[in-house]
Amino acid sequence: MDYSEKVMDHFAHPRNVGEIEDANGVGTVGNAKCGDIMKMYLKVDDSEIITDVKFKTFGCGAAIATSSMATEMIKGKSINDALGLTNKAVIEALGGLPAVKIHCSVLAEEAVKSAIADYYKRKGIENDLTREMDCNGCCGCEHDHHHHDTEEE
Amino acid sequence: MRRIYADNAATTAVSREVLDAMLPYFCESYGNPSSLHAVGREAKKALDAARATVAAALNCDANEIYFTSCGSESDNWAIRGGAHSKKGKKHIITTKIEHHAALHACKALEKEGYEVTYVGVDENGYVDPADVAAAMREDTALVSVMMANNEIGTIQPIKEIAEIAHNGGALMFTDAVQAVGNIPVDVKELGVDMLALSGHKIHAPKGIGALYCKKGVRPDVLIEGGGQERGRRGGTEALASIVGLAKAAEIANAELSEMDKVAALRDKLIDGILERIPYSRLNGGRSPRLPGNVNVAFEFIEGESLLLLLDMEGICASTGSACSSNSLEPSHVLLATGLPVEKAHGSLRLSISKDTTEEDVDYILEKLPPIVQRLREMSPLYEEVAKNSK
Ligand SMILES: Cc1ncc(COP(=O)(O)O)c(C=O)c1O
Repeated sequence: MDYSEKVMDHFAHPRNVGEIEDANGVGTVGNAKCGDIMKMYLKVDDSEIITDVKFKTFGCGAAIATSSMATEMIKGKSINDALGLTNKAVIEALGGLPAVKIHCSVLAEEAVKSAIADYYKRKGIENDLTREMDCNGCCGCEHDHHHHDTEEE
Repeated sequence: MRRIYADNAATTAVSREVLDAMLPYFCESYGNPSSLHAVGREAKKALDAARATVAAALNCDANEIYFTSCGSESDNWAIRGGAHSKKGKKHIITTKIEHHAALHACKALEKEGYEVTYVGVDENGYVDPADVAAAMREDTALVSVMMANNEIGTIQPIKEIAEIAHNGGALMFTDAVQAVGNIPVDVKELGVDMLALSGHKIHAPKGIGALYCKKGVRPDVLIEGGGQERGRRGGTEALASIVGLAKAAEIANAELSEMDKVAALRDKLIDGILERIPYSRLNGGRSPRLPGNVNVAFEFIEGESLLLLLDMEGICASTGSACSSNSLEPSHVLLATGLPVEKAHGSLRLSISKDTTEEDVDYILEKLPPIVQRLREMSPLYEEVAKNSK
């Protein structure tokens, strides 16, 4: 398994690990059976800026690195910008991922969306992000994944 | 940086003595053993001597040993060729914990119309011979049970199982790739018809193996060729590697008592890990177990990230987690012992050898606990546990 230097850096020195006690958006995606779970905590201010973000991940090197990179990419951004984060952008920022690890980047994207969905829900705002996101397809189950870019970089 | 190689079940270093024994067979005695001239005759002599050495190590006759390209070939030949040689019989018995080389050879037979019974193991990873007996049928052609498991190190009651196979008129094959060199392997004592071994697990090179076939046992030929190996296996003999395999088998047999020391280090490692790290469990029973095998499941963490962090400390190990392989499933062996999928993801295999020192074991015991703890602190699964224990 060949990880890029960037991936190894984020794996060995993950940014934003931990919990936020007074988070106002928390999302968990993945499942232990598949071998990866990501939990993301957001602190969003009144002008919808993500002022703080933390994560906890159970998973492989790529799962930890993509979580770390995703948190870096949305920290200080608006909710809208964060919603625009794609798995492809995470892969690019990491300098590529092995083909078998692409699903980790999908999971990272979904973790961000899931945490934002929770933020909206707590505020009582209608949104279309509440679809089930508890499986990233790694376990071979038949879900709709074609909206993600699953090409190897 | 310090480097500790604790992945000897994956492959071993070629030992200096083995390499030295091999070297003359590249540029000097490079002949083809089938050639009639002097260079060929020299090669033939070395081939015969190597065959006799391997035979002595297994307690059989030289003409019962066939050299192959690897353990996987030996497995395939024994299983597919063995089944095919029992004309009219269409049933195979094997176990759920075989190496993929043996397991997939059985799958290939299924595609040909054979029925395969996959006998399970208990929670400690042992096959119950009674289960094999219960699976026997009139048309059972072959029973294939590995002698020692490559992941969890459990050693199976091959002798008893061979008796059951023979009572039912079936052939008995055992994949002894992990057993040879680590525990006594005597084909007469075991009573098997065929037995596979591989060079690179016993400090010989990769790409050389052998199959023992008891006199009169003739699995259908898998590799047709120019009459080598008494017409049973084609291909110009890989003489240097064969000489290396023989040397390695000879050394392993002579030094078998060294394995008691390896087993003592294994026990120190197992006990040390279980003592120092909560929520951990030994995979595979304690006894009988390969002297070099340690396999532990750590809850709440995933194996690949564990391997990467160990690697950063110079420790080379392996895991049964799916994430370290290209498949989507964690180890079929761990699952067969009843370990839940999520725990199988957090498994670590350390396989030591006679080159491993007590200092190496101490180093692993020093480095491993904080790495596990670090990953747990990062794991959402550990949150609840951490909170409850506060
Ligand atoms: C139990 C077992 N059987 C078969 C093999 C295959 O041997 P080889 O790598 O020589 O093909 C291995 C090792 O990879 C093994 O551990």
